[in-house]
Amino acid sequence: MEARGSTAEMGDSGLTRRLPGWLLGLLPLLLIAVAIGAFAALGGPGIGERRGPLAEELAVERTKLVPGTIELTVRNDGPDPVTVAQVLVNDAYTAFEGAEQPIGRLGSDRLRIRQPWIEGEAYEVALLTSTGATITHEIPIAVQTPAADLSFFGLMALLGIYVGVIPIALGMLWLPWIRRIPPAWLRVVMALTVGLLAFLAIDATLEGLALAGEGPQAFGGAALVFVGAAVAFLVLTAVSSWLAERRRRREDAGASGASLAMLIAVGIGLHNLGEGLAIGTAYTTGALALGAFLVVGFALHNTTEGLAIVAPIARTRPSLGRLAALGLIAGAPAVLGAWIGASAFNTSIAAFLFGAGAGAIVQVIVQLAPSLRGEGDGGLQPRVVGGLLAGMALMFATGLLVSV
Amino acid sequence: MPAIGLGATALHAAIPHSHGTAEAQSSHDAHGRGETSGHDGHASFRGGEVDHRANGFDPHAILRDFDYGKTSKLPDGRTLREWTLAAAELEVELAPGVKFAAWAYNGRIPGPTLRAKEGERLRITFANGGRHPHTIHFHGIHPAAMDGVPGLGDGEVAPGEQTVYEFDALPAGLHLYHCHVRPLAEHIAKGLYGTFIIDPKKPRERADELVMVMNGFDTNFDRANELYAANTIGFAYSDKPIRVERNELVRLYLVNVLEYDLINSFHLHGNFFEYFPTGTSKRPSELTDTVMLCQGQRGILEMRFPHSGRFMFHAHQSEFTELGWMGFFEVVD
Repeated sequence: MEARGSTAEMGDSGLTRRLPGWLLGLLPLLLIAVAIGAFAALGGPGIGERRGPLAEELAVERTKLVPGTIELTVRNDGPDPVTVAQVLVNDAYTAFEGAEQPIGRLGSDRLRIRQPWIEGEAYEVALLTSTGATITHEIPIAVQTPAADLSFFGLMALLGIYVGVIPIALGMLWLPWIRRIPPAWLRVVMALTVGLLAFLAIDATLEGLALAGEGPQAFGGAALVFVGAAVAFLVLTAVSSWLAERRRRREDAGASGASLAMLIAVGIGLHNLGEGLAIGTAYTTGALALGAFLVVGFALHNTTEGLAIVAPIARTRPSLGRLAALGLIAGAPAVLGAWIGASAFNTSIAAFLFGAGAGAIVQVIVQLAPSLRGEGDGGLQPRVVGGLLAGMALMFATGLLVSV
Repeated sequence: MPAIGLGATALHAAIPHSHGTAEAQSSHDAHGRGETSGHDGHASFRGGEVDHRANGFDPHAILRDFDYGKTSKLPDGRTLREWTLAAAELEVELAPGVKFAAWAYNGRIPGPTLRAKEGERLRITFANGGRHPHTIHFHGIHPAAMDGVPGLGDGEVAPGEQTVYEFDALPAGLHLYHCHVRPLAEHIAKGLYGTFIIDPKKPRERADELVMVMNGFDTNFDRANELYAANTIGFAYSDKPIRVERNELVRLYLVNVLEYDLINSFHLHGNFFEYFPTGTSKRPSELTDTVMLCQGQRGILEMRFPHSGRFMFHAHQSEFTELGWMGFFEVVD
């Protein structure tokens, strides 16, 4: 012990004590720079020109179809620059503009391909690179991309309100009913809520992973979903502990349910942002069959989300304004999502947002979990478990009504 | 005998010459049209033409380029015709901006059009300058040891090695040669093939003679071709049509070496041609405007254009057409 202590002191009493702290912090980085410089100067392997054949990768981030033209926004998510030399549509060379220069790593470009495409038919676009490699992109159903004008954004807003705001508002009308039910049964309603949320978390994760798989991998691909989840989870954890701190100071016991309701609203809001994204994207790519079935499906699906928000505040008397705010926080992001999805869709961002939705919901579940336990033993009562399962079953069943 | 050789030489000398000016004109034409050729409704590549100079060969030159080799007399009075062929790696720009690591005989794809006369003695020295073993397998009648396949005669020719194939020019007709080393599809698809013409003892009627080797390239190695062409460069004859004269006899030596696809075809617009399968008979098998060939099949097409103007030709597999295998005859007065 003595020896170690003296060694440390000796080390510290040497050169390092005289140097400023910030320099010590930068020292390892400077040494890395020097080492890399030395490697490069000596022509060490792995520095400078990459050896071996080019690894050409391009991901199509966005497909836009206007009469006579297919527009692809591509991003280079590989290690090497990619030169798109020729373009084939359904096995025929086609005239195109854009990508006259090589696309650098993480760079993007837009290709305008002249193709007299026919609505409802499928197309395969192949980008032939300078090395002869092909990067193919499927357009499963050719549908004209709606022009992003005012009426279009209006339609998207309406869609968002249909599937987000209205159902949640309706679901919140369960509040008077759940106020009347005895505490033991309220726990079951809370369990139902947790079940609903658990299903949404799984759904958002899977949806995010599927999206991440389609898009460019250079920005992280599937990792983005988990990064998004972690960010949302941690931010909400910080927010909730900050709220708890404030509550403790005010000794306002009644706010517990209110802040929980707010957290649920935020979590569901993030989830609905993702849902709106999916709807907006599906609409522009023609994959969404708009109709009563879809709207009814979403309404049923999201009405249960309204129940989730009001369950924790069953024993409080929130103002109408507060209830409206909760409903909007949970539902309105669907409108925003639909706008983003329809106009500036980006699989990387979408994957991140889906992850964030999942993370937020998991955080909410963590918050809600204690309220499911009985007063005495702390275990889950059978009817609470039944509530959990019923919540998941409800989401699963109503989810079958909508497939985006 | 010498008279025949002279005739062929005269033909050789006359045709490229008569065509030299026509080609220059048509090239001027193409420049006049600029890059609009791709936007007049036909499929085409972006970026106009490939760099033929960098490639080392031009499909327009290959059309009428016949290699008669070097001749000498054998003690028995027969003609000995000799060529030297070398296989090497060659980077080819197949479409503007698309480079392909090909293998070639004498720096061109298809390899030189070897042309001999029926009954001559042929001696082909083959030097392998590539990094893989290669051979030359000639279609024709010859001893087994001269067949250019592994395990017979000298068999595979290792990199840096060479061999000599020697046989009689038989039978008269239109033939081909190609590498016969395993994996066969790869050795052929990368460009090791060429046309081998044995003129009959009694010469054919004098004509404007053209050679087209129908081929394709699998640039992404999925065993399907991304590019189709006659003489390697897709759309080369639509970007710059082939000039022929009205009412003049045009003789087309058509060879199919296309790998990965079961068949290939040739279809002519606005005209019909007489077809001589394998060129072994002087009687046409039919008068038609479309012929279908499997790999290794070939035939001679003879036609005269009664009308001036542009006449398209292409594979009548529309897919091949729009992947490069199409062109035009520009019939002039």
